[in-house]
Amino acid sequence: MRKFTFRQLILTAILGISATIFVGCDREPSDDAVTAGFPTAGDVFLDGFTGGLEYLPFGGSRLDAFKVDEETFFEGTSSMRFDVPNVGDPQGAFAGAIFRSGQRDLSGFDALTFYAKATKAATINEIGFGQDFGENQYQVVINGLRVSTGWEKYTIPIPDPSKLTAEAGLFWYAEGAEGEEGDGYTFWIDQLQYEKLGTVAQPRPAIFGGEDRVEQTFIGGAFQVLGTQTFNLGNGSNQTVSAAPSYFDFSSSNESVATVNALGQVSVLTAGTAVISATIGGVRAAGSLTLNSVGEFVRAPIPTRPAADVISIFSDAYTNVPVDFYNGFFAPFQTTLGGANLSIGGDNLISYTELNFVASEFKNPTVNAADMTHLHVDIQVQSAVNPGDFVVIELGDFGADGAFGGGNDNSGRVTIGEGQLTSGQWVSIDIPLADFGLPARNNLAQWFFITEGTNPNEAGTITEILVDNMYFYR
Amino acid sequence: MKSILNRQLIVLSLLLSGMAVGFSGCNEDDTQEVTTLSQLVLSEEFDVDGPPNDALWSFDIGTGVNGWGNNELQYYTSRSENVVVNNGQLLITARREDFEGSAYTSARLVTKGKFEQQYGRFEARMRLPFGQGMWPAFWMLGADIDTNPWPGAGEIDIMEYRGQEPTIVLGSVHGPGYSAGEAITKSYELPNDRFDTGFHIFGIEWGPDFVNYYVDDVLYNQITPEDVTGEWVFDKPFYLLINLAVGGSFVGSPNSETVFPQTMLVDYVRVYQ
Repeated sequence: MRKFTFRQLILTAILGISATIFVGCDREPSDDAVTAGFPTAGDVFLDGFTGGLEYLPFGGSRLDAFKVDEETFFEGTSSMRFDVPNVGDPQGAFAGAIFRSGQRDLSGFDALTFYAKATKAATINEIGFGQDFGENQYQVVINGLRVSTGWEKYTIPIPDPSKLTAEAGLFWYAEGAEGEEGDGYTFWIDQLQYEKLGTVAQPRPAIFGGEDRVEQTFIGGAFQVLGTQTFNLGNGSNQTVSAAPSYFDFSSSNESVATVNALGQVSVLTAGTAVISATIGGVRAAGSLTLNSVGEFVRAPIPTRPAADVISIFSDAYTNVPVDFYNGFFAPFQTTLGGANLSIGGDNLISYTELNFVASEFKNPTVNAADMTHLHVDIQVQSAVNPGDFVVIELGDFGADGAFGGGNDNSGRVTIGEGQLTSGQWVSIDIPLADFGLPARNNLAQWFFITEGTNPNEAGTITEILVDNMYFYR
Repeated sequence: MKSILNRQLIVLSLLLSGMAVGFSGCNEDDTQEVTTLSQLVLSEEFDVDGPPNDALWSFDIGTGVNGWGNNELQYYTSRSENVVVNNGQLLITARREDFEGSAYTSARLVTKGKFEQQYGRFEARMRLPFGQGMWPAFWMLGADIDTNPWPGAGEIDIMEYRGQEPTIVLGSVHGPGYSAGEAITKSYELPNDRFDTGFHIFGIEWGPDFVNYYVDDVLYNQITPEDVTGEWVFDKPFYLLINLAVGGSFVGSPNSETVFPQTMLVDYVRVYQ
């Protein structure tokens, strides 16, 4: 992320305001005020920035997307204006920035509030506070804030105000053009400030979306807990924010099996069962993670073929070719979740769950495997292997145009039957490429795994597999 | 009546000190007369755990006619799941459950035939539930309702509230010619606070030609015979009701975001002559 400091006339005006405010704060300290603490001002932008804010646009964003607008405002003399660029704007593909100040003590407030309107009804992708280009320890974001063409007040509740005793990241947002045309638009924000509303109530924190997740895992397994906080606001509506892990207090029911640190990072230590749960401000979060650790993880056999004889799609043993993705999330029929997102003891793995079919794609550029003779992959089925189960591997070749479609694509498949698969154990699969029946394999671009595990209309019940060492060789 | 306790003096002095503080904060245009708190005649403190004191309270059971006249969705029961006294408070709990053909259960307590009074100060200290479709109420009906059907008997709503508007309560009167949608009503919005996070006192002071409405120490409305668009029927004994309705024409139905169960807490009900 690129840092860019906004230095213009307003900055001096702003500094003048902040001086007034902070002098005001120094008056009449209470007799028992012993700790210095940071300024407790809640104003961010009323008619100028309070407290000398830095404007720090995100790298890749249009740097001048933000201006102070003295013609359009909700109250006073000016507002914050954000010009969201059109899709493909060479000066920046989106609008987004952090507004950072010196550290402030915001623990006396319960929400960041503002008025906003836009040139058209729109949904701001991300808007919140707690991003500081540092640890973003107390980051909060509303994902998808609906705004309309009239001024309305919006409230971003603080998940646990007691945490915000030294916060510098007062406000941040990121938004791109919307609609099929990809036209940009403008939105305004005014009276941006932290407030003690007194009506932010009924906290209902959640982790894992409020679901009780169960995972089979191994020593060295790692998981990240993500959470939300939901409040009922004074207008009766519920507002959910994504809350950084540091707002939560995490606990493990069995610290010898798995630990969880203050950042919500879970580490599996031994065999056994542990339940990870969380609270915010003493309120128990809905949702949990139950880890069933089977103990030592057995790695897939480490490949020994010379790199010169291998074109690797996924393996720690080789340099992989450029891969677009290990899960295309093909709508609308695919249910498969996961991808190359698992690391156990430094061993990178692909983990698929809810599997019916899934594709890895490597089309930039396509792979010329004309000189290769075989395909290799190591598969460990994690769900049960039942009679009639299978893992189909399908290869797709995009043909001479090197692109999907064009009338010259071909695909072929080979079925690995139930007899070759064992739940909980690695099996190494080697298949002659000729068995896929492709007229040519100069432009291979897709590798599917198909189990139909979540499809009730097909045979096949396998829903969870681990995959390692996907490569072609000779 | 068992629930009329003998510690009137203590309660009264506490209240008076509270009143003094409260009213000193009133603006000059709050000129209504305040009833003298000379005699505490009902002090239901909910001190005995278990079912509510049956010398004072009866239950309305079931769904009434057309959801108690309001298309309410709950089935009222007297089960401890819906109504119980615990730790010095009355708890009325609305639940989402299939019960006798209804999708929700809750409770409604009435003092009909057990405590009825004309004029005085009627108040309850309560913490309200929240969420779309929750409709708690603390109210009164004319004690002659069996022979003088609603709205002729009259209704004084000391407190009504919509769970989707957690900062607002309403006080109303209904009578002949001014009932249901034409009731004489006024709302009060709690500044910088809400009714589901702490206890608040909801009360009326009722005299021969006025009903004054207050929340905590704030008088927010006075209704007099000149205000009603029909006969003034508030010159006879009324009895008390406390209930937590779910859905109905006043609030609309709960939605997917409504959290169940929801509990209304009542710390006390007190009536002064």
